[in-house]
Amino acid sequence: MDTFLGIDLPTWWFLLIGALITGYGILDGFDLGAGALHLFFRKEQSRRIALNAIGPVWDGNEVWLVIGAGALFAAFPLVYGTILSVFYLPFILFLVAIIFRAISIEFRGKEPMPWWHQLWDVSYCVSSIVIALLLGLVLGNLIQGIPLNANHEFVGRLRDFFNPYAGLISVTVLSLFMMHGAMYLLMKTEDRLYTKLTIIADNTSKFFILCFLAASNATLIYVPHMTAIFKNNPALFVLPMAAVLIVLNIRRSIEKRQYRRGFISSSITTALLLILFAMGLYPNLVLSTVDPRGHISIYEAASSDASLRTMLLFAFIGMPLVGTYTVFMFWTFRGKVKLEEHSY
Amino acid sequence: MDNVELLSRIQFAFTIAFHYIYPPLSIGLGVCLVVMEGLYLKTKNKIYEELTRFWVKIFALIFGIGVATGIVMEFEFGTNWATYSRYVGDIFGSALAAEGIFAFALESAFLGILLFGWNRVSPRVHFLATILVALGSIFSALWIVVANSWQQTPAGYRIEGQGMQARAIVTDFWEMVFNPSSVERYSHVLIGAFLSGSFLVLSVSAWYILKKKHVVHAQTAFRIALWVAAVSALGQLFTGHKSAEVVTKYQPAKLAAMEGHFEKLAPADMYLMGWVDAKNQKTTGLKIPGGLSLLVHQDMKAPIPGLNSIKPENRPKAINFVFQTYHLMVAIGMTLIGLTLFSLFLLYRKKLFETRWLMVVFVYAVLLPQIANQVGWYTAEVGRQPWVVYGLLRTSDALSQAVKAEHVLISLILFTFIYVMLFGLFLYLLNKKIQHGPDVASDSETSSSRMNPSLIPLMSERATSKSEHAKD
Repeated sequence: MDTFLGIDLPTWWFLLIGALITGYGILDGFDLGAGALHLFFRKEQSRRIALNAIGPVWDGNEVWLVIGAGALFAAFPLVYGTILSVFYLPFILFLVAIIFRAISIEFRGKEPMPWWHQLWDVSYCVSSIVIALLLGLVLGNLIQGIPLNANHEFVGRLRDFFNPYAGLISVTVLSLFMMHGAMYLLMKTEDRLYTKLTIIADNTSKFFILCFLAASNATLIYVPHMTAIFKNNPALFVLPMAAVLIVLNIRRSIEKRQYRRGFISSSITTALLLILFAMGLYPNLVLSTVDPRGHISIYEAASSDASLRTMLLFAFIGMPLVGTYTVFMFWTFRGKVKLEEHSY
Repeated sequence: MDNVELLSRIQFAFTIAFHYIYPPLSIGLGVCLVVMEGLYLKTKNKIYEELTRFWVKIFALIFGIGVATGIVMEFEFGTNWATYSRYVGDIFGSALAAEGIFAFALESAFLGILLFGWNRVSPRVHFLATILVALGSIFSALWIVVANSWQQTPAGYRIEGQGMQARAIVTDFWEMVFNPSSVERYSHVLIGAFLSGSFLVLSVSAWYILKKKHVVHAQTAFRIALWVAAVSALGQLFTGHKSAEVVTKYQPAKLAAMEGHFEKLAPADMYLMGWVDAKNQKTTGLKIPGGLSLLVHQDMKAPIPGLNSIKPENRPKAINFVFQTYHLMVAIGMTLIGLTLFSLFLLYRKKLFETRWLMVVFVYAVLLPQIANQVGWYTAEVGRQPWVVYGLLRTSDALSQAVKAEHVLISLILFTFIYVMLFGLFLYLLNKKIQHGPDVASDSETSSSRMNPSLIPLMSERATSKSEHAKD
C-alpha cells in the first residue's frame, strides 16, 4: 500500500476529512450558534447587528461542509453512499434547513415590514437549531454504530435513530454551538446587546457543561467501544483530560470576560471532541451494531491509491488557499459590526 | 421501473433543473460585473459604479439560491444514488471535491467582499474580489461539467470487481479530466451561461428604456451586455457543432434520437422541426434530406447508424422528447444569433434604443437562453439513458439500497413545496429590485451630459465619432 511520510493514504484521508469536519464544526458552529440564539434578541437593531456579525462569513463557513462532503465522496465513496442513504430523511431535513437558513439571511432585509422580519427571524433561528440537532443526531448514532449486515446493508429502522443517547448528543452539539456563537457575537458587538450576550454566554456555557458531563458519562457507560482505546493505552488519557481542562477554561474565560480566549477554547473543545470520536473509530469509519463484519474500515472504503494520491496533492495545494481566503475574510471584516447601507 | 427509481429520477431531475436556473445566471452576470467594474476603475465614471452596485445586489440574490440548491445536489448523490456514488466515487468524487476546494471556496470567500466590502477594501481590491468570484463560478462549472462529461464519455479508468461490487478506478487523472467530450461540452455550457446572464441584463435594461427610467444607466448596461451576448451567441454555433460531433462519435444512440433516425445504416436527414412517432418508427417534419450525413461526413449519402442498430435495451426510451428538446435548443440558438446581430446593426446605426418593439422583444428574451440551457441539458441527460455512466452503469442499477419509496416521496413533496415557494419569492424580490433600480447620486441621472461621450465604450464610441465626422 502506498504511503506518504510513513502514513498510508487512507489514513491521510481519514485525518484530512477529520480536519475538514472540525473546520466546519468550528466555523459554521459559531454562525449556527448565533442563529440559534437569534430570537433571544428582541430589538430590530440587535437582530440586524447579530445577523451582520455573521453576514460576510457564513457562506465561506459553509464551504467547509461542501469540501468535507466532497472529500468523503472522493476518498471513501462507500461510506458516503452508506451514511447519506441510511440517514436519508435526517439528511433531507438537514438540506431543507440549509435552504431555509440561507434564504432567511438573504431575504430578511429585503422588505421593511415588521412581520416580514419576524418571519425570517423565526425561520433563521429554527433552521439553525434544526441543523445543529440533526448533526448531533447523526453523530450520536455514528458513535453508537448503526445496524449494518456483513454486506454493509442497512437492516435497521428509521425510528431507531431517535434514541436517548443520540438525543443527548444532539442537545450537546446545540449547546456547544450556542455557547460558541455567543462568544463570537460578544467579539462583534457593543453596548446593550453586548451586555445581554454576557448573560447568554454565561447561561449557555453552564448548559453546555451540564450536557458535556452527561454525554461523557453516557458514553463511558453505554458506548464502551468508544473508550476501549483509552483503556488499552492509558497514556492517551491525556486527551480526555485536556478536553475537561479546556472546557473548564471556557468557564474561566467567561467569568473573566475574556471572550476571545473563551472562543478559542470552545473551538479547541470542538476539535478535541471530534478527535476523541475519531480515535474511537479508527481504522473504521462506520461501526456496525449487529455484525463486526459490517464495520466499514477506511481500507475497505478507500478509493484507489492513484486517486487518493492525486487528491492529496490537490489538498496540499488547495487547503492553504482555502485557509488564506478564510483568514483574509475574517481580517477584512474584523472588529465590531457597524451597520451600513448594504448590510443585511 | 420500480417506485424508488421513478421517484428518485423525478426528484433528481426536478432539483437539478431548478438549480440550473441560477448558476448560469451567476456566471453570466459575473462576467458583466467584471466589465462594468473594470470600466469604472478605468474611466472613474460614476455610472459604471452605480451599475455595478445595482447588479451586485441582483447577483447576491441569484448566487444565494444557487448555493442553497447546489448543496442539495451534492448530497443527493449519496442519499438517492448510493450505488452510483460507490461506483464512480474514485472519479466523480474527485472532480466534485476539486470543485469544492478550488472553485466554490474561492467564490464564497470573495463574495463577502463583493457584497459587503465596498467601504472595507480599496476599489482595486474590490475589483479583484469581483474577478475572483466570477472566476470561481467559471471554475466551478469546469469541474462539474468534467464530472458529467465523464458520465457521457468515460475515459482514463478501468473497472475493478464484479457485479454489485464493481467500481470504476482512475488510471490516468488527466485523461479522465480531458475525456473526449469535456472541452466541447464545457465551452458549450459556459457560453450558454454567458448568454443567460447577459440576457438578464438586456431584459432589465430594455425595460428601463421602455419605461424611460434610469435611461443613461440602462443604455450603458445594454451595450455591455449586448456585446457579451452577441459574441456568445456566435460562439455557441461553434461549440454546439463541436458538441454534436462528439455525440456523433461517442454516443450514436443519442444522436439517432436527436434526429429521430431509425434505419440501421442509411443516410440521415436533418430536421428543422418535426415529430417522432417512436412506435411506428416514423419521423415527420420539415427536413433537409441527407442533412445530418452532410454535416457529419460532408456527404449527403453517407450512412449513419440509426436506433435499430442499437440493442433495444440500450436505447433511450423518450425519443420524441430528445428530438423536441434538441430542436428547440437549436432553434433558440439561431434566434439569439439573429437577434443580437440585428441589434448590433441598429446600435451602429444609432437606432437601437428608439426601436421600441425590439426593446419589448428583449424584455421577454431573457427566457430564451434559460429555456435553451434547460432543454439542452434534457437532451444530453435523457439522450444518455438508459445509462447513468454511458455503457458502464445503468440508471436502474445506481440507486440507494437502503432507501424506501415512501421516504423518497416525502422528500420529493418537500422539495417541490420549497422550490415552488422559493421561485415565487425569487421572482418577487427580483422584481422589487428591478422596480427600485440603481441608486443614483443626485445629478448623474438627470444630466447625461456629465457623461463624456468618448467614455462610452465600444460601438457607440465609434458611432459617436463617426457622426461627428459627418457633421464636419
